[in-house]
Amino acid sequence: MADHDSEDAAHDSGAGGGGMSRRGLLLGGAAGLGAAGIGAAGATAAHRLVGGAEPAPGSESAPLHGDRTVPFHGRRQAGVETPPQSHATFVALDLDDGADADAVRRLMVILSDNAARLTQGVPALTDTEPELAELPARLTATFGFGRGLVERVNPDAVPDWLGPLPKFEQDDLSPEWGEADLLVQVCADDPVTVSHTVRMLLRDARPFSRPRWSQSGFRRAHGSQPDGTTMRNLMGQVDGTANPAPGTEDFDHLVWGEGGPHWMAGGTSLVLRRIATDLDTWDEIDRPAREAVVGRRLDNGAPLTGENEHDEVDLEATGPDGLTVIPSFAHVRRARTGDPDERIFRRGYNYDLRDGVTGEAGLLFASYQADPLRQFVPIQRQLDELDLLNQWVTAVGSAVFAVPPGCAEGGYVGQSLLEG
Amino acid sequence: MHQRTTRSATAAALFALALSACGGGSAEPEEAQAEQAAAEATAADGFEITDPWVKAVTQDEGMTGVFGEIANTSASEMTIVSATADGADTVELHEVAMEGTDTTMTEVEGGFVIPAGETYTLEPGGYHIMLMQLTRDLAAGNELTVTVEFADGSTASFDAPIRPYTGANEEYEGGSEGGEEHDMGDMEGDHSGQGDGSGEDGGDSGDGYGDE
Repeated sequence: MADHDSEDAAHDSGAGGGGMSRRGLLLGGAAGLGAAGIGAAGATAAHRLVGGAEPAPGSESAPLHGDRTVPFHGRRQAGVETPPQSHATFVALDLDDGADADAVRRLMVILSDNAARLTQGVPALTDTEPELAELPARLTATFGFGRGLVERVNPDAVPDWLGPLPKFEQDDLSPEWGEADLLVQVCADDPVTVSHTVRMLLRDARPFSRPRWSQSGFRRAHGSQPDGTTMRNLMGQVDGTANPAPGTEDFDHLVWGEGGPHWMAGGTSLVLRRIATDLDTWDEIDRPAREAVVGRRLDNGAPLTGENEHDEVDLEATGPDGLTVIPSFAHVRRARTGDPDERIFRRGYNYDLRDGVTGEAGLLFASYQADPLRQFVPIQRQLDELDLLNQWVTAVGSAVFAVPPGCAEGGYVGQSLLEG
Repeated sequence: MHQRTTRSATAAALFALALSACGGGSAEPEEAQAEQAAAEATAADGFEITDPWVKAVTQDEGMTGVFGEIANTSASEMTIVSATADGADTVELHEVAMEGTDTTMTEVEGGFVIPAGETYTLEPGGYHIMLMQLTRDLAAGNELTVTVEFADGSTASFDAPIRPYTGANEEYEGGSEGGEEHDMGDMEGDHSGQGDGSGEDGGDSGDGYGDE
């Protein structure tokens, strides 16, 4: 390798008429770091040298997690059951008018290959910034198909639930965040990794499609608190306590439930709602009222009828005044229909675009379920009718995607639709 | 003792095959194995290529490059003297010279010479296999079969994924095109040049995909 590089450099300077070649410049730059043995190879070695710097005196360095990976290949796509990473970007694309089923196939071949490599810390095949691919930090890239894409490939294959949700009175939807043909959900514990991955995927999607929207969100930084801690939204609430637990039969039934079109076996659906939160008027509400609005304690997320986060919510318990402890308008009461099949799996991310004067903050409410019409809609109808939380939160965007099954090595996401 | 040797030889052969598979294709393994048993090895036997790819272009754009990392796993020097590819009437082996920030590509005299056990990188801005006088679109997401020929007359084929790429715009001087200047698909501004074959680039989209 070292010999080859130096020979290349010789070749290049010869061809360049004695001038400095690009490769020569690179080698020169690396040698400038003053490291021994740099000839063994270029940027990667240079990166390791930079990465291997001694920690500053007195600081205790946390264990590095940049090289942690999540498998890309498998029966189900990663990024659903995967314990939520700290950063997420959801990007929606619309196919070009001329893109037919074969173009969609070729697009998904390329995107799947990029995702398979990048998630394992390997640069995309044509990666122009390969150094940015070196720290996957639990990167996942998850693909979802909008109604438009499936109709274009095979109108008979469209699941009946794939398309806009029924109208809800409390919604104030902007088409800016609406339905689209293809969704890419990119999550990692490092925002630079997310950025680079989105860039590689969008760049290679450009001959086939145009971006429709992009929504980025965050949770607590990786390492701030123990893995598995339920997230807090920007209203301060513990958000997602009632989620089914990945790996359980309950979860498989609710999220991966079979019964849809054949090509969706091993898939699920994503409802992505952009929920704007009015934090200024939320400031006007005192702590006891805030807890009553949701029906849970703010300190640990426990129901007002319990002590610990995961205690069962007791909707019947009454207080000294004879009223139920959890009020009639409380979010936890309204979010339960009483039908155990009418539940969803949430994997949301906060967003905050306020610049002090304008801009919006809120929650990217990502909900996975086998069938949005049978699971998400009944819950949302109840919340739409009555939920005191509606005073501060408003859905301003909504889109539904079919999340196809995962792929085996050498395959691509969507193969069951495109070749089924 | 004898059995053990045989087994480890088999394991080594399997491992070599697995490596070749990872590399996205390699030298006609059946033919190679047969020859290995019968006579001495050809240059093709030592050829491997990792992560090959081709820049997508429409036929109208006329030329493009093949990239990847070649390995010579044999114990003797290997020279690639020529190449062919389905969809290109002319194929040359090129290098890129740099003057200031301008890059110019020219045909490599004597082919790609790869010392025993070494790797040889084909990359935008460096050595590459140049496809010219295309006979059809090379649509992103498909694959293209490329065949390289060695100095001893042996050949090896591999399938290279076709990918959108906006770099590799070196100007070409010389060769069969005379004084005309071409580049590998200049992509200014729009969707053209990436061979999406979706019907809007003027390419005959019906023919654009059949390379697998």
